[in-house]
Amino acid sequence: MTTTAPTLGKDLVGLEHLSAGQLRTILDTAEPFKEISERRIKKVPVLRGKTIVNLFFEASTRTRISFEFAEKRLSADTVNISTAGSSVSKGETLVDTARNLEAMRIDMVVMRHGSSGAAQFLADRIPSNVINAGDGRHEHPTQGLLDLLTIRDRMGRIEGLKVAIVGDILHSRVARSNIYGLLTLGAEVAVCGPPTLMPPAATELGVQVFTRVEEAIEWADVLNVLRLQLERMEAGYVPSLREYNRIWGVSNARLDAAGRDLLILHPGPMNRGVEIDSDVADGPNSVILNQVTNGVAVRMAVLYLLAGGQPEKAEAAKQGGET
Amino acid sequence: MSEALLLRGGRVVDPSQKLDDKLDVLVVDGRVAKLGKRVRAPEHARVVDCKGLVVAPGLIDVHVHLREPGEEHKETVATGAHAAAAGGFTAVCAMPNTDPPIDDPAAVGYVAAEGRRAGAARVYPVGCISVGRRGERLALVGEMVEAGAVAITDDGNPVMNSGLMRMALEYALAFGIPVADHPEDLGLSATGHMNEGLVSTRLGLPGKPNAAEDIHIVRDLLLAELTGGHIHLQHVSTSFGVESIRQAKARGVRATAEASPHHLVLSHEAVEGYRTEAKMNPPLRTKEDVEAVRAGLADGTLDTIATDHAPHHYDEKEAAFAEAPNGIVGLETALGLVLTRVVGEGVIDLPTMIERMSCAPARAFSLPGGTLGPGSPGDVTVFDPEEEWTVDPAKFRSKSRNTPFAGWTLRGRPRLTIVDGRVVFEG
Repeated sequence: MTTTAPTLGKDLVGLEHLSAGQLRTILDTAEPFKEISERRIKKVPVLRGKTIVNLFFEASTRTRISFEFAEKRLSADTVNISTAGSSVSKGETLVDTARNLEAMRIDMVVMRHGSSGAAQFLADRIPSNVINAGDGRHEHPTQGLLDLLTIRDRMGRIEGLKVAIVGDILHSRVARSNIYGLLTLGAEVAVCGPPTLMPPAATELGVQVFTRVEEAIEWADVLNVLRLQLERMEAGYVPSLREYNRIWGVSNARLDAAGRDLLILHPGPMNRGVEIDSDVADGPNSVILNQVTNGVAVRMAVLYLLAGGQPEKAEAAKQGGET
Repeated sequence: MSEALLLRGGRVVDPSQKLDDKLDVLVVDGRVAKLGKRVRAPEHARVVDCKGLVVAPGLIDVHVHLREPGEEHKETVATGAHAAAAGGFTAVCAMPNTDPPIDDPAAVGYVAAEGRRAGAARVYPVGCISVGRRGERLALVGEMVEAGAVAITDDGNPVMNSGLMRMALEYALAFGIPVADHPEDLGLSATGHMNEGLVSTRLGLPGKPNAAEDIHIVRDLLLAELTGGHIHLQHVSTSFGVESIRQAKARGVRATAEASPHHLVLSHEAVEGYRTEAKMNPPLRTKEDVEAVRAGLADGTLDTIATDHAPHHYDEKEAAFAEAPNGIVGLETALGLVLTRVVGEGVIDLPTMIERMSCAPARAFSLPGGTLGPGSPGDVTVFDPEEEWTVDPAKFRSKSRNTPFAGWTLRGRPRLTIVDGRVVFEG
């Protein structure tokens, strides 16, 4: 049987250099995997015998657990390494950590790291598949993919939609992955936030820039609201969280002014009452928990495809698991 | 018995004497003895056929990091001096950002002595502006000059306190030495790892805006104007910086400035893929900035080409971009790069290159050399302007290999480096 869908290559470092075809392949492959998580016995043998290391140099709950569920539901053997208590905290370099893991004959590494480019660095140096679970302020490709899948689920398409990303764009890897994925799939993208939290060359990325959230709401079909980290206030990017909420917070009052429904996404964890009000987060247009559910399916799809699985055989591979 | 070396029939390019002619150069007992169409070889003289080669006053690099004391795993004074000789340099100025820093006469004397012991390129120590490079109070500038320091700088660190910079410029007037500054306002750039712009935005790397450099260039020029002191601006990389220096010089401000080979040939796109070998400070900037640095070099706004030779151990560069140190080695690629990519692309002609790499640095730092005038030091660089070669870092004399130019094919290569009448490198 010949494969027509484009392959991903060895690694998933970011969405910037993926084609529309590759992005669609991942999203389409995620569809059949969604159902596995709804079963009573949530396990198929797709990655049986594969060894995956989840290497987290930064704290993470949602992403790490989501990857772990995706790996376990595909029957991979997984090991979790977080920096506290590992040799990394004893001063071992990234390249030595990677080589040591490699020497234990692993198949894949899922890595989160505080430095932009760390995933590329690792991918260039070890033969295992590397999946970027967030590198500095560069990219968080599986978050971008699950956002795309969630938007497509609800809106039926991505092309032609207007998506505004609101918040700390400067420090956000989620924003970058969303921008690249959305633009490649034909959406219009805007970013909105305090000018101190806007990257220097935002417009050159091909996005519109709004400084006031009212303008973004007026313009958009979909809002992706980013977390405002407390450190940003401490570093002086914004004077106070209260002021941030007052000027950039997404509230029902502001959404009502648009006179139409906007889809609301948030990558989590939320600061209720800072970047998003509770009545918005818990409201009928919020798909924040759908994002979390889709995260597992998208990560299964990425694991499956990088392990050499063919997109059109995903359904069959999955069925095979039930016998 | 006298020692004599006759360089026969090369193209002698010496802008200090407005010379560009096929001549013989005779060096006797460490001094240039005679230039002429047909110089008779003294008895026992070594005669070198220089047909097809360029014979120039020895190249001088006023900005190198030799890492000793403290970081001898990267470079030592000796390996650096030999790398310099292999690159065609007859003299280098060693920056004081060592560990401990070169901030007292004993440390200056140590570097000078190690340089003499190496017996390769001359090594001129540069002392710190401030004690411990902490930017608080002046180091023992006078005593360091007595011990052999040819300039002062806190390079690696900018002098953030304008009051201290004013004092340094004033105090240095007593000794006739330049105050060299790494111009950078850390309040704008301390968290940055590359040029601020589209590439940094895409890669998710914090940037250093041009303004961080421009503000300190303008400040330094104003302080030089205020004090009458001599400011030497290191590794100028921005378009506005070049223009500011141009205007200040026109007003008569005593300023000299450097262009680094990498800022003449690479722009920030070279960082793509998180290439740590393209990480330096100031960072590689935009193509417009590269054009401005080239124009500044061409019209003499930027007086000298200086490599900012910054060796790092490969382990240190083998890291995520933000964790890797700044800097690249430059001594053994500078001549080929400048010949190929600056002279070769018509930015400057060959005599201007010799002016920027030999005569001007000698004048800026009041060093011997920079001329082949009779009686001047026998420091001569002979190079083949046509020889093609491929940069292979494994062959560097330097202890370090951190270069973005590995695998580049260059045209032009040193053949003979002569210091004090003695051949210290032969390629």
